[in-house]
Amino acid sequence: MWKTVLRRSLLMIPQLFILSIIVFALGKMMPGDPFTGLITPDIDPLRIAELKEKAGLNDPIPVQYKNWMVRILRDGDFGKSYTYKMQVSTLIGARAVNTLWLSLLTLILTYLIAIPLGIYAGRYQGSPFDKGVIIYNFISFAIPTFVLSLIFLLIFGYKLAWFPTTGSVEIGVQKGTFAYVLSKLHYMILPAITAAVLRTAGTIQYLRNEVIDAKTQDYVKTARSKGVPIDKVYTHHIFRNSLLPIAAFFGFTITGLLSGSIFIETIFSYSGMGELFISAINSRDYAVMNALVLLFGFLTLTGSLLSDIIMTAVDPRIRIE
Amino acid sequence: MEDEKILEIKDLHTAFRFQDEYFDAIDDVSLSLYKNEVLAIVGESGCGKSTIANSIVGLHDKNFTKTSGEIIYNGENVLNYSEDQYNKIRGKEIGFIFQDPLASLNPLHKIGIQIEESLIYHTNLNKGQRHERMLQLLDQVGIINPKRIANQFPHQLSGGMRQRVLIAIALSCKPKIIIADEPTTALDVTIQAQILDLLTELQDEINAGIILITHDLGVVAQMSDRVAVMYAGQIVEYAETKELFSNPLHPYTRSLLQSIPQADSVGEELHVIKGMVPSLKNLVREGCRFAPRIPWILESEHEKSPMLNEVSKNHFVRCTCWKNFHFRDDGGY
Repeated sequence: MWKTVLRRSLLMIPQLFILSIIVFALGKMMPGDPFTGLITPDIDPLRIAELKEKAGLNDPIPVQYKNWMVRILRDGDFGKSYTYKMQVSTLIGARAVNTLWLSLLTLILTYLIAIPLGIYAGRYQGSPFDKGVIIYNFISFAIPTFVLSLIFLLIFGYKLAWFPTTGSVEIGVQKGTFAYVLSKLHYMILPAITAAVLRTAGTIQYLRNEVIDAKTQDYVKTARSKGVPIDKVYTHHIFRNSLLPIAAFFGFTITGLLSGSIFIETIFSYSGMGELFISAINSRDYAVMNALVLLFGFLTLTGSLLSDIIMTAVDPRIRIE
Repeated sequence: MEDEKILEIKDLHTAFRFQDEYFDAIDDVSLSLYKNEVLAIVGESGCGKSTIANSIVGLHDKNFTKTSGEIIYNGENVLNYSEDQYNKIRGKEIGFIFQDPLASLNPLHKIGIQIEESLIYHTNLNKGQRHERMLQLLDQVGIINPKRIANQFPHQLSGGMRQRVLIAIALSCKPKIIIADEPTTALDVTIQAQILDLLTELQDEINAGIILITHDLGVVAQMSDRVAVMYAGQIVEYAETKELFSNPLHPYTRSLLQSIPQADSVGEELHVIKGMVPSLKNLVREGCRFAPRIPWILESEHEKSPMLNEVSKNHFVRCTCWKNFHFRDDGGY
């Protein structure tokens, strides 16, 4: 198996290379550049031109690409953010930690909500509980991210004021203290709950259908004919088999969370990678933008590999050669 | 046949629900099983064979099924059993062997664990003893190298081996009754013979009564002591195996026997019974249920409401249409 993992990892190199070209080209195709925003009636156009020249933006695009690539490969240097005036890697690093914790909390909340709901809805198919879950699913799946986020912000952020509405940590709290961790958690809860509620529908629906399907399988009949009590049939036989498709998506879910909380982070002004990504696009901060797209691409590829590895771990029938 | 009766089914009705209406899948079935014998239930797909088996241990979804009548085991009517009471006899007193050995084993559990599972609920053995017993069972059903197989997953075994594992599961608590629901249907012919031999052998060891459900008359002839032939939820003929094969009476039984390819019938067209078993919804419940498939027999030959009649000792036949039954004169069907 490790051979496969190594081979798949090596295969990522050309994939990422192609991705980098596309990303770079798309970035350059967007109108405007980092300095467009600086133009005001009292700024000297020559000064702008000078800045552009200095930043290498007047070079032919292939040359710009080459310079960018060479710096990454030689020095691991993704460049400097025009907007934040700091190294991209430092910038992303700080944001990535925020996003990582937010994603982790979202993931835990998602499964805490979705697994019991899915299993019980499937087990008691057609019951009022099941019908309630289906209605919940429809609503949570149909509602747009920004609508739910704003509703939650309004209720829990402003009206009840249980949670802060912007930022990722209280200003002025000493880093590394327990209060700092608590404050981080406090800032994370509302965006995490919102994201979790929006994500549960798929997992619930999958699980519910899997449980309904598994109930009629012959191995369940065998288990029952052995005299296994029905609760044990569910925990030992149906549950694990029903989790297979969830496990198959687990890798994607993780990476999807890391790269996909763009809307949530933006709406809650939570300084994570998603928020950084949007602001980078808006300000044509090429270095940040390109680095992030590359990172997201890398995460997606890793996610699919991770999914395969998880599948082989949980399902003995699957072995990657 | 002087042995004690271990299971008696009296006037069993099992009905399934379709859109708030119940339809009888089993209509007035009475059977008894004696210690040490093999009772075969034969019939086409959809005639209710497996439904009887599932009714005995209450495996149907109670929300969609209604049963009435009596199934007497140990002097008690098990149809009144609660789920807990059922769980005490399932696997312990009544062992099940199913048709599709791959689908019947949990794909995610090792063979050993699946066999040990029923020991957990029905015996006081500790972990080590269960493991010992499991290996012994695997050995008993003719699996070479039980230790290795116990650590494998179902998909790593061949069809015959999987069926042996299922038999080991059914046998694990030395049940008094084994219900084998088409145990050889999914297997090829040579393996079929091995599995049937194994069943006979094991029956001698634990003196169980076997209910063998099959559509294969060859298996019936080889294995069983008595046969019940079922059609559309009813028993149409019920006799000792020898009697049934030497003197088949009901048109359905005769048609079934006629449909078996013979070694000397090379070149002749195979007999088929035209039509099929009607679905539960479309089944006409009045009169002889087999009548629509033998339309050349006059209506007057059938009984209005056919009953099982004892025509000779221990030989029961439903309806009167057998008396003047003949296959179509044109040699067809």
